Amino acid sequence: MNGRRHSAARVWAMLLRYLYLLRSSWPRTVELMYWPTLQMLIWGFMSQFLYVNSSYVFRAFGVLLAAVMLWDVLFRGQLGLSMSFLEEMWARNLGHLFVTPLRPYEWVLSLLTMSMIRVLLGILPAALLAIPLYHYSIFSMGLPLVAFFAVLIVMGWALGMAICGLILRQGLGAEGMAWTVVFTLSPISAVYYPVSILPHWLQHVAWALPSTYVFEGMRAVLFSGIFRADYLLTALALDGLYVTLGAAVFLFALHDARRRGALLQMGE
Amino acid sequence: MVADRPAIAHIGSMLEPAVKVENLVKHYPTAVAVDGISFAVRRGVTAALLGGNGAGKTTTLSILLGLLLPTAGRVQVLGEDMLRHRYRVLPRMNFSSPFVDLPHRLTVRQNLLIYARLYGLPRRRERIERLADDLQIGEFLERPSGKLSAGQKTRVALAKALLNEPELLLLDEPTASLDPDTGDWVRGYLEGYRKRTGATILMASHNMAEVERLCSEVMMMKAGRIVDRGSPEALIGRYGRTNLEEVFLHIARSSRTELEPAA
Repeated sequence: MNGRRHSAARVWAMLLRYLYLLRSSWPRTVELMYWPTLQMLIWGFMSQFLYVNSSYVFRAFGVLLAAVMLWDVLFRGQLGLSMSFLEEMWARNLGHLFVTPLRPYEWVLSLLTMSMIRVLLGILPAALLAIPLYHYSIFSMGLPLVAFFAVLIVMGWALGMAICGLILRQGLGAEGMAWTVVFTLSPISAVYYPVSILPHWLQHVAWALPSTYVFEGMRAVLFSGIFRADYLLTALALDGLYVTLGAAVFLFALHDARRRGALLQMGE
Repeated sequence: MVADRPAIAHIGSMLEPAVKVENLVKHYPTAVAVDGISFAVRRGVTAALLGGNGAGKTTTLSILLGLLLPTAGRVQVLGEDMLRHRYRVLPRMNFSSPFVDLPHRLTVRQNLLIYARLYGLPRRRERIERLADDLQIGEFLERPSGKLSAGQKTRVALAKALLNEPELLLLDEPTASLDPDTGDWVRGYLEGYRKRTGATILMASHNMAEVERLCSEVMMMKAGRIVDRGSPEALIGRYGRTNLEEVFLHIARSSRTELEPAA
């Protein structure tokens, strides 16, 4: 019990570190909200235009807006985790952290929690702003929204852990991956169009991603009012697989960094 | 009789050295950083690893801290196998190096508070205030760590290293880049800390005067091996020199074959 209390205290300590960092720079906090809000504005006006010009969108005005916001859950989830990790690399702080009793899993838990905070800080203002601007509330999706959010953020964490593992292995020269890798999944996640649009062979790849089930499931809810539980279960199973792989890559990279002596040297 | 056992075990653990290293080896793909060293550091003393750049001092300290995995060998710290049970011993030790700053964007107080939490300390604010008084860092507790001078950073790093009142304190060149006055102050503080708490201090240093003043045991390293060891006085006498710096230079400039590794 005492061990668990100490463990929770260490997770809280790391979380506090990232919150202090966030608080220390208001431009960073504003930036968290800036991109999701900007995207929402662009796609909101685009949706309004298409509303009168496209039968596809006519059936569900919010489909593009919902897709934009849900995509941001995946992107910000991954980026939120990677950014907190990179803060330690930039500060050359790994050498300090790992001579304390902090366990790797405790650090990972703090990174995941911080990612959740960053996602909520970034996306909630955009989602709320859409209500007065376009009379569209993503929250009207109800419980399926919670399921979609959960699947996407966990996928973002899986990707984030794998990317952080690769950065640990390759050094800060690879930090660009934190911003770019997720976008390679965008075209095959069927974010803005049905998966059937993709070439047949690519559809197999698309169905291996939890995100594809979310966006197909989202369209099923918005167009037909049907919640595809089968999609959700498959997405959760894939999430389980990927998050295990992501954690394995990250923990192996950390172990490898100890073997190579990289924990003291890593930094700018 | 049964009731005596824990006490006997406790006395036994107190008699064990603070650090015990056996046949420690660290190979990198292109270099041998540590080449089969063995040494022990008694509890309550200040000891030093000396040697030129690349001698293996920092590598040895990193292995003792659990930051680096050795290729072979055994490492026991405060009675625990460091390679298998490091989380049992990490709360009882700490580390400071002027080459690894605390995160720059956080204030000194925020940094200390986070590390105090990581060590699970009770009455954290009290502890930080007391250390701030002791180390004279109170006036810049609210300043970002990145905006401190070298001397201030060293004192803050020392405060971080003493937060958990460690039984074993590992220091990598504790007074590097400090002016003589601040350096002297830090040495005095470390001496006082060891006497007050009975802690063991193991340092890597290039400052021979500092080692003569603080250390009762010295391991001279060269090319990953311990080539001699003893008290500063014993080493000075053995090599017929007047100070440790001359011993250091003699060893550093001798070819490896001229030096018999100490038993």
